[in-house]
Amino acid sequence: MFQPTKLIAAGTLAVFASTGIGLSAQSDITVAMQLEPPHLDPTSAAAGAIDSVLYSNVFEGLTRFASDGSVIAGLAESWDISGDGAVYTFKLRSGVKFHDGTSMDASDVKFSLDRARAEDSTNAQKALFSGITDVSVVDNSTVKISLDKPNGSFLFNMAWGDAVIVAPESIDGIKNNPVGTGAFTFQNWVQGDRIELSRNSDYWGDKPALENVTFKFISDPTAAFAAVMAQDVDVFTSFPAPENLPQFEADPRFQVLEGSTEGETILSTNNKMPPLDNVKVRKAIAHAIDRQAIIDGAMFGYGTPIGTHFAPHNPDYVDLTGNSNYDPELSKKLLAEAGFSEGFTTTLKLPPPSYARRGGEIIASQLRAVGIETEISNLEWAQWLEQVFRGKDYGLTIVSHTEPMDIGIYARPDYYFQYDNPEFQSLMTELNGTTDPGKRSSMLQKAQRIISNDYVNGYLFELAYTTVANAKVRGLWKNAPTQATDLTGVSWAD
Amino acid sequence: MVSLCLASVIIFTIVEIAPGDPASFMLGINAQEDTIAALRAELGLDQDKLSRYFSWISGMLQGDFGTSYTYRSPISNMIADRIWVSLPLALYALVISTLIAFPAGIYAATQRGKVGDVAVMGATQFGIAIPNFWFAMILVVIFALKLRWFSAGGFVEWENGIFQSIKSLTLPAIALALPQASILSRVMRSALIETLSEDYIRTARAKGFGKRAVIWRHALRNALIPVLTIIGLQFSFLLAGAIIIEQVFFLPGLGRLVFQAITQRDLIVVESVVMLLVFAVITVNFIVDITYAIVDPRLRRRV
Repeated sequence: MFQPTKLIAAGTLAVFASTGIGLSAQSDITVAMQLEPPHLDPTSAAAGAIDSVLYSNVFEGLTRFASDGSVIAGLAESWDISGDGAVYTFKLRSGVKFHDGTSMDASDVKFSLDRARAEDSTNAQKALFSGITDVSVVDNSTVKISLDKPNGSFLFNMAWGDAVIVAPESIDGIKNNPVGTGAFTFQNWVQGDRIELSRNSDYWGDKPALENVTFKFISDPTAAFAAVMAQDVDVFTSFPAPENLPQFEADPRFQVLEGSTEGETILSTNNKMPPLDNVKVRKAIAHAIDRQAIIDGAMFGYGTPIGTHFAPHNPDYVDLTGNSNYDPELSKKLLAEAGFSEGFTTTLKLPPPSYARRGGEIIASQLRAVGIETEISNLEWAQWLEQVFRGKDYGLTIVSHTEPMDIGIYARPDYYFQYDNPEFQSLMTELNGTTDPGKRSSMLQKAQRIISNDYVNGYLFELAYTTVANAKVRGLWKNAPTQATDLTGVSWAD
Repeated sequence: MVSLCLASVIIFTIVEIAPGDPASFMLGINAQEDTIAALRAELGLDQDKLSRYFSWISGMLQGDFGTSYTYRSPISNMIADRIWVSLPLALYALVISTLIAFPAGIYAATQRGKVGDVAVMGATQFGIAIPNFWFAMILVVIFALKLRWFSAGGFVEWENGIFQSIKSLTLPAIALALPQASILSRVMRSALIETLSEDYIRTARAKGFGKRAVIWRHALRNALIPVLTIIGLQFSFLLAGAIIIEQVFFLPGLGRLVFQAITQRDLIVVESVVMLLVFAVITVNFIVDITYAIVDPRLRRRV
């Protein structure tokens, strides 16, 4: 696309250079992604696209994720945790203003958290707030949050995009005109096309290097390829066509960043549907799967094999892939022991992403090799949610669980895996009440082993996060610890 | 009117029968049941289907298409924004298709059976056979990636310069127009050939008119009826059928709106846009009927 800003920026470079402001040659950026946010309120929808545009750029929470997934201070500059771990007192930064000019104080924090946990709340992650019994304003810059029981992951929970701080003054228009405290202010949304942000000159922290940011939405993988190649866009996050990545890598105009996500891609299994309720059968399935063939065939080599439901980049990760190594002979033997020497037939329901559709065909052929026939059906997301996720009418499905640190879902017997193990459930309850990092770490490792040994699901791979960008763009997040495109530290090299 | 009522019932039923709940789609897999119920109440989805149907219809009669479930903004505004992409694109494609088809069809008809005719017919066979999304990609590769004459997609709003907007619609319009032009040339050719074999043409020739004069004064006008019918059908197709092309060129048009709305189960948007398209098709057919009368005076008496 035409880029008058390039010329203008080049022309004004001399001016800035002489005034001593270290601006790079270009201060505008166009970032493309596949999905458009349905609306702009991160606190009332699950759509990751909302956070992809707004997290950290426009909205901030008490704490926040850094690019390596660690939790760091956000709007709260420090906090105290009571001895029993059930009361958190946050000290807020001073001088923080919302984009409409009103100041951010303790009452806004109380408003945001009370809104999220209210009876009629439409927060998609309401569970994050479920332990809160009271939020009280101590003074303008101090908030005290009481929990019903100690919660070791509370600071982590507050870093989610669903827990950002919003203001009562601007809440009514938030869906189309988001007002936050971040380094960028919302400017314009041309629905179906793009969202524009610009630098917040009143930002409390370090001012971003970028002046204007345009998020563009290109859903078609071929169009995505063309847009990057024609340099219509500067950055494409979660690039949808992995087969084209080598071509970008070979082109000096571009850089390809390969990082990890929180997306555990698994062959979800209905643990209550015969014969999948038999652990031997599930173990047989696990050994029938050749993970590397799926990563190579469906993801063109991008992805890290996993043996349990945990992100490999996490320090607490245990490599359990050996527990379910590719061994079709063992798989046949296990099936025979379970009484299925002739094999059996089950359903394999696939949602739209290519990891599921492409991966599903490969898995179907791998299962066929040991005698398990699958009836494949392709579903849209809405159908998948209704039939598989809520209706639990499925045998097998493939899906990437993208929420960070979500091993707790295995403690929910009504979850769509229908995995019911009291030992695991009590371990999770114990974990939630533990704040000591060393103890938490060993509990998390134990949890990973339990689900791996029970072969709850087929653990395939951790979804890769691949970004294609102009070779001169610096400071992009390599990993995606949460769905975000944090542009506060992004700049152009000269 | 009857067809509109019928269409509204059919659209509403089909869309509502399709599995998938908008509220649970929006809230994703970690949502709690009470949250989903709260959102359903907020969206009015907890009412029964019949009352939702009537509130939709009565709103639409007053020009209010309702509020989108996912975007939470008035659908009429959304449609108004999108139509400024889709309508010009459809018209642009129609103009291109007509500009190609008329000369090609007339030329082929006059050269019937000769090399020129065979060449044109061969080319149109190609044009019909090539899928337009594939042709669109080829256009992008040649004109956007290699020659850099156009951008690979996207739309420049009309406020930013009419020329820029037209330029951004050019490749999509060509991609859309090619198969239409091919069909139209074939219709033009066969209609003209048929007219040229009529008795009055022979009479005109016998009276000493040249071949060219006969085609322009007598044959063309009479051959226009089937051509107009096809143009009418094509316009509806171009307006409604640009979904794939809008995806390939990431244009924020009606097709893309419907496509997104279907995957997000934004039922009310789907219903309203489809209803609007039905209305557009009926209107276009009506206009075509009027032009029949202009072209063929005999039809005026019947009306």
